[in-house]
Amino acid sequence: MTVESKQQNDIRRTVKKLALIVVGMCFFVAALVPLYDLFCEVTGLNGKTGGPYVFDEAKTSPDTTRLVKVNFLTNTNEGMSWDFWPQKGAVRVHPGSANTVSFYVKNTTGRPMIAQAIPSLVPSSAAEFFHKTECFCFEQQLLQPGEELEMPMRFIVDRGLPKNVQSINLSYALFDVTERVGLPEDMQITDNQVSPVTGG
Amino acid sequence: MSEVIHADHHDDHAHGPAKGMLRWLYTTNHKDIGTLYLWFSFAMFLIGGAMALVIRTELFQPGLQFIEPEFFNQMTTNHGLIMVFGAIMPAFVGLANWLIPMQVGAPDMALPRMNNLSFWILPFAFSMMISTLFMEGGGPNFGWTFYAPLSTTYAPDSVTYFIFAVHLMGASSIMGSINIIATILNMRAPGMTLMKMPMFVWTWLITAYLLIAVMPVLAGAVTMMLFDIHFNTSFFNAAGGGDPVMFQHIFWFFGHPEVYIMILPAFGIVSHIIPTFARKQLFGYTSMVYAVASIAFLSFIVWAHHMFTVGMPLAGQLFFMYSTMLIAVPTGVKVFNWIATMWRGSMTFETPMLFAIAFVVLFTIGGLSGIMLAITPADYQYHDTYFVVAHFHYVLVPGALFSIIAAVYFWIPKWTGKMYDESLGKLHFWLSFVGVNVTFFPQHFSGLAGMPRRIPDYALQFADFNMISSVGAFIFGFSQVFFLYVLIKTIRSGAPAKARSWEGAKGLEWTLPSPAPYHSFTYPPEVKSEEVHG
Repeated sequence: MTVESKQQNDIRRTVKKLALIVVGMCFFVAALVPLYDLFCEVTGLNGKTGGPYVFDEAKTSPDTTRLVKVNFLTNTNEGMSWDFWPQKGAVRVHPGSANTVSFYVKNTTGRPMIAQAIPSLVPSSAAEFFHKTECFCFEQQLLQPGEELEMPMRFIVDRGLPKNVQSINLSYALFDVTERVGLPEDMQITDNQVSPVTGG
Repeated sequence: MSEVIHADHHDDHAHGPAKGMLRWLYTTNHKDIGTLYLWFSFAMFLIGGAMALVIRTELFQPGLQFIEPEFFNQMTTNHGLIMVFGAIMPAFVGLANWLIPMQVGAPDMALPRMNNLSFWILPFAFSMMISTLFMEGGGPNFGWTFYAPLSTTYAPDSVTYFIFAVHLMGASSIMGSINIIATILNMRAPGMTLMKMPMFVWTWLITAYLLIAVMPVLAGAVTMMLFDIHFNTSFFNAAGGGDPVMFQHIFWFFGHPEVYIMILPAFGIVSHIIPTFARKQLFGYTSMVYAVASIAFLSFIVWAHHMFTVGMPLAGQLFFMYSTMLIAVPTGVKVFNWIATMWRGSMTFETPMLFAIAFVVLFTIGGLSGIMLAITPADYQYHDTYFVVAHFHYVLVPGALFSIIAAVYFWIPKWTGKMYDESLGKLHFWLSFVGVNVTFFPQHFSGLAGMPRRIPDYALQFADFNMISSVGAFIFGFSQVFFLYVLIKTIRSGAPAKARSWEGAKGLEWTLPSPAPYHSFTYPPEVKSEEVHG
């Protein structure tokens, strides 16, 4: 093998290795998205709360030695004109007990819309100790023009909640997902009743 | 790929470039491509600079005088994108093309045809990006960091052009990097071991690995944007279960190594120029190599210091604060080594040396304000103010840019066979030095006093600092047009340069005649100990 063709072989080998790194990094960035979600779920960073929780009241007893204050905050995303607020601004609960609160929502526009509420919890160290057995944020709401709704939310603050956490703030942001999800066929807006579409 | 590799086997041993303008389109010669890269980056530098002057004109006085806020946003965004991806990065690739084969004793780059492709993608990418400024709804206006949802939900329609332009730039950078690594690892002259390589080659080797690692991440980020905009996904859209903060994590996982991509080759250049004019061996060659490698490694674990205010847990803030501060250690090693190289040297102060010394001083100022920004609790005050603007302009303008200008003055006798006019070069240096400090130093103060970045109008108390800044910007801007004149004058009527153009210059490139022949080192040269850096 001549020196020159050996060099060409070496170059080819280097290029193959480097191309592998590039492909590997492409997979890495694709994997970042589920990894990020997993990381947030495990650590509770970002204030993401978990999905539906199965709660067996017979197995746990409330910790009556302390009370934790849970504050509820609501807001609507830009371009979302619904009314949305909690029936109670805050409740005091014993860790380990099941509690029900409710939220009021009304479609103030002249067209049917679908909404999705996104929760966020502060402090993030409490996120993994806040369980919801029932929540309107687990599903989407389709409301007719002017329709209003009481939405229940049933939650348990885990007994394992760190002692230094005395209050938890749970906020819900309501997003308009009408365009993204699409209305059912029979509710499609016809040309003569079009109102300005909000959002991007 | 095999096609590209066989390009080296062509049998015509022409001794000069082809005739006509098409030569530049078809060329596979590393010197031609280096020249193309350098002129392209200079053109982009002037365009991006013109945008900076539009910004500074508007900011000369409080109130809205000249342009609409929407257009102002497009100017800040495009200024950033063009300077980062169009000026600094291609200029370093151009220098790599010109210098690496000559410095390692190779006849050309390892993959000459891919080299041609990676350059010729760039004009298309940037025409695409700049053309959006003339479209209905305007061009990118979301800042060079293009945070979602500004760049998705609220973006102008032209954002798709921007996304594809970024894809093209990424492809170009990846190809360029593969080429550089393949050249350095396989085409060194016999006897040039890794630890005998010139510092510029070392820094580019590490930079190229950084590029290969993070450019796919950038491509991934813009691809997710593309899907969010056009295919109804919700990577960054909270309503669909996505997370805008994830965009910032992904962007800065690319973005922080990217800022070192823009400074490591500068470290290499300065490590050539200072020993030459101090007439001494570079102090601490081995520690320089390890310092660059450690900076490159650390760049992957500090990204979230750009986003301390997103609401991170304490542990995260502490981790990113300490890891960021750790970077000061290898950087400090480099600065001390440069100073130790000058210590008791027989120094002369030709233009490249002036730019290199200014680099060391002013880059260190930028580095120190970086440490201030790394202090998490203090960052809450500095975040998104002009203090940040002052910080990154100090590391990029008198940092990266000064090193590029220094490199051009240092190696232009080798490239053209002509010497530049020393007094014009010195004038250019002093104008640039004064201009850059007058522009950016006051921004530290307006930032500390609370002036936010990316705004076309500001409170009255910032008026004086902004006026000074704008005056400095025009001095700096026009002194770069003067640089163009100095370059053209050199090429047209410079005095003939010697093969070893500088008395203290070391390295294989100085063993070639000036101008360097079209094909250098057809046969591997002997690596003599007096030409070795380590």
